Amino acid sequence: MNSPALDTTDLWTLGVIVGLTLVTVLTRCFFVLSSQDWHLPHWAQRGLQYAPIAALAAVVAPEVVMLQGQLISTWQDARLYAALTGAAYFFWRKGQGQAVLGTIVSGMLVYLPLHLGLGW
Amino acid sequence: MRQRHLWFSQARSWWQHPAFGRGIREMASVSPGLAAWGLMTGVAMVKSGMSSFEAVAMSLLVFAGSSQLAAMPLMAVGAPVWVILSTSFCVNLRFVVFSAHMRPYWMHLPLRWRMFHGYLTADLSYVLFTRHYHHPPANPDESREQLAYFSGGSLFNWVSWQAASLLGIALANVIPTHWGLGFAGILALLGVGCSLASNPLRRVSAGVAGLAAVAAYALPLKLNIVVAIASAVALCLIIEETMPKRTGTAS
Repeated sequence: MNSPALDTTDLWTLGVIVGLTLVTVLTRCFFVLSSQDWHLPHWAQRGLQYAPIAALAAVVAPEVVMLQGQLISTWQDARLYAALTGAAYFFWRKGQGQAVLGTIVSGMLVYLPLHLGLGW
Repeated sequence: MRQRHLWFSQARSWWQHPAFGRGIREMASVSPGLAAWGLMTGVAMVKSGMSSFEAVAMSLLVFAGSSQLAAMPLMAVGAPVWVILSTSFCVNLRFVVFSAHMRPYWMHLPLRWRMFHGYLTADLSYVLFTRHYHHPPANPDESREQLAYFSGGSLFNWVSWQAASLLGIALANVIPTHWGLGFAGILALLGVGCSLASNPLRRVSAGVAGLAAVAAYALPLKLNIVVAIASAVALCLIIEETMPKRTGTAS
């Protein structure tokens, strides 16, 4: 009934896309929608300075050390060496200049040969 | 008419500010990784069975890579709509945290601008902004600078993400997913994460969140991300309370 076939656009899919758009708007604007005068408690405001790096680490860590929901049990995984190389590059450059770009490039220079060449 | 004029002059006060260009330049240094990730998201949408039109609509409207990636397999099997939407909501819960953080920065703006900036608050627009601006604006000049910086970065992020994603949709049958180009997006997030690790408690936060996200991975709906953020923030607050105050707190 509602499984979209290749290259046909169906209303069910478009409806879900509209719903997902509303979810994006709702979550990204959640606490700025209300114009009521209220403030976050002080401890929460202080705590929020630790949220950005926590969010990044929470997204990145499983993508580096897990495969299909399991902790990897081998050292032969290109992602480990790519992430280590990228981070090492960043701290070697002390975060100056284009250090983030260098993290991406050096990491991929390690990742692609290991992944495509050795199948890691 | 007058209304429209105000709207325009507000936007102009941002893009004419020097911080707008600084926002673009700093976002540009991380965009190659995000572009690779956007490209693979475009490829993945088409490979999951969407038509090109649907994939383009999803990219332009939903504008949330992780939520799109989570929704695709569910849509492909025709899962119930409420399951798809609540999955996407949970994957996006970190944005709810971001919006709580941004509230004091934006509350002096009209609702339409708060929603405009909110919609564009992707991971990197938020992280790069909060890396620079630790306190909400104290006066109109500071506010103008902050919003200029944020707009420059977040608009550049939107444009480069969309360009890459649309390219991915167009080239879906040429680019093999097994190359793993999407890993560049993870490296971009890693690089930005390193740039945030500027004091010991933030490094603790990263370590705790990373461990918790792996340990709680089995939770449904990507709730491990939220559990990780909550436990890292809570632990840092406890350490802050119990450790003797040192000079030079959060920088």
